[in-house]
Amino acid sequence: MSAAPILAAFRQAFAEAWAGGAGALLPLGFLGGAAVLVPLGIGSDTQTLKAVGPGIIWVSLALSSLVTLERIFQADVEDGTLDLWLQTGAPMAALAAAKTLAHWLAAGLPLALASPLLALMFQAQASVELLIHLGLYTLGGLAFFFWGGVGAALSATVRRGGLLISIIALPLYVPTAIFGAIAMTGGIGSDGAPLLLAASTLFACAVAPYAMAAALRLAAD
Amino acid sequence: MWSYFANPHKFLSLSAWLAPLFYGAGTLCILWGLWQGLWIVPKDEYQGGDIMRVMFIHVPAAWLSMASYSALAVASFVWFIWRHELADIAAKAIAPLGAVWTALCLATGSIWGKPTWGTWWQWDDARMMSVLFLLFLFLGYMALRASMDSRQKAARAGAILAMVGAINVPLIKFSVDLFTSLHQPASVITADGPKMAAVYLTPLLVSGLGHALLFGGLVMTHMRTEIRQRRIARLTASALEG
Repeated sequence: MSAAPILAAFRQAFAEAWAGGAGALLPLGFLGGAAVLVPLGIGSDTQTLKAVGPGIIWVSLALSSLVTLERIFQADVEDGTLDLWLQTGAPMAALAAAKTLAHWLAAGLPLALASPLLALMFQAQASVELLIHLGLYTLGGLAFFFWGGVGAALSATVRRGGLLISIIALPLYVPTAIFGAIAMTGGIGSDGAPLLLAASTLFACAVAPYAMAAALRLAAD
Repeated sequence: MWSYFANPHKFLSLSAWLAPLFYGAGTLCILWGLWQGLWIVPKDEYQGGDIMRVMFIHVPAAWLSMASYSALAVASFVWFIWRHELADIAAKAIAPLGAVWTALCLATGSIWGKPTWGTWWQWDDARMMSVLFLLFLFLGYMALRASMDSRQKAARAGAILAMVGAINVPLIKFSVDLFTSLHQPASVITADGPKMAAVYLTPLLVSGLGHALLFGGLVMTHMRTEIRQRRIARLTASALEG
């Protein structure tokens, strides 16, 4: 077995994410839009914004993963790419993981990297803490993308699968969202929360590819 | 053993008398539990006075919501490995019933929570959140099945999702447990045995048994209906082929 099909899938997905010219700017624009709407919606009180800021960034990260993932496998089912993948004999789990990783690099990572700037927009103090938060968003976003990928693979043959992905992925996002929130707000167990976040992300990376592979084999039938 | 029970004919003849038995016994247990709960047991001021009597529905519903998701996961696993059609039929029947009992647990919990804790809902409570996400897992499972265009695909997609959900349930439970909790800790199933007085415990257990029997009876009836529907579909198809 060679790694060529897996690399090809990665390149294809990465090119797909950048297609249309906007690429990573699109999810960033989405996040920026949400960040501007929030102070308009809930008022511009400094303390309030400071309190909700991290939560808004987490929610935007989760939403952007859902928006990005909606069609990543659907297009492959429709144009026959999936059948070609299956014929290569490459492990399906590795292919699915490569695709998900590529989309996370194109849409999830830029959001995490932009998070300090957004935090400043939400009146956070400029400090090294923002860089720690950046790391947490990076880890959490990866878990969001892998669980979201399971939803995307399961609904690959469904018209308007986007709605389905949200309801499938929502319960799977819970541990990540909670560990992330605890790590940032410093509640009970906040010392171990970053480790738990990392552990749950690793768990997602280990389990989700196999679920995606099973779902994609189903979609190809 | 699986193959013995996986035979739809044996299931039909077994459930023909077992389902009515479950309905009858379950109804008797629930009625006895409600009678004890509403009129006989003394009220507990610490748990909010008379409102604590909702416990005799709330706690069995909570047990059933967890047990039914476990049953869904086991049935999905059995179908995914051995492809016994009856397991898929069971999973399909369990999901909506599990969702109903889970919703019942949330509703009665809110009704109990408002007078005792002063709130219908608390976002940082571990048990409320776990049960809410259990409901979402059921709804997602049903939505996914409904959106597939063939029975076989619905079964496969549903089984994958139910198994992914099942391995995530401990993680979800652990993560929400990190939140501070308003809900009282477990008092029936603990390592030192039940902490509850027998006057409450006996009606509660009987009520729980009643709910379980009713649930089992309903699952069997759903399964019987599904088996017959599949038979009708096959007979219709063969008649059309002539």
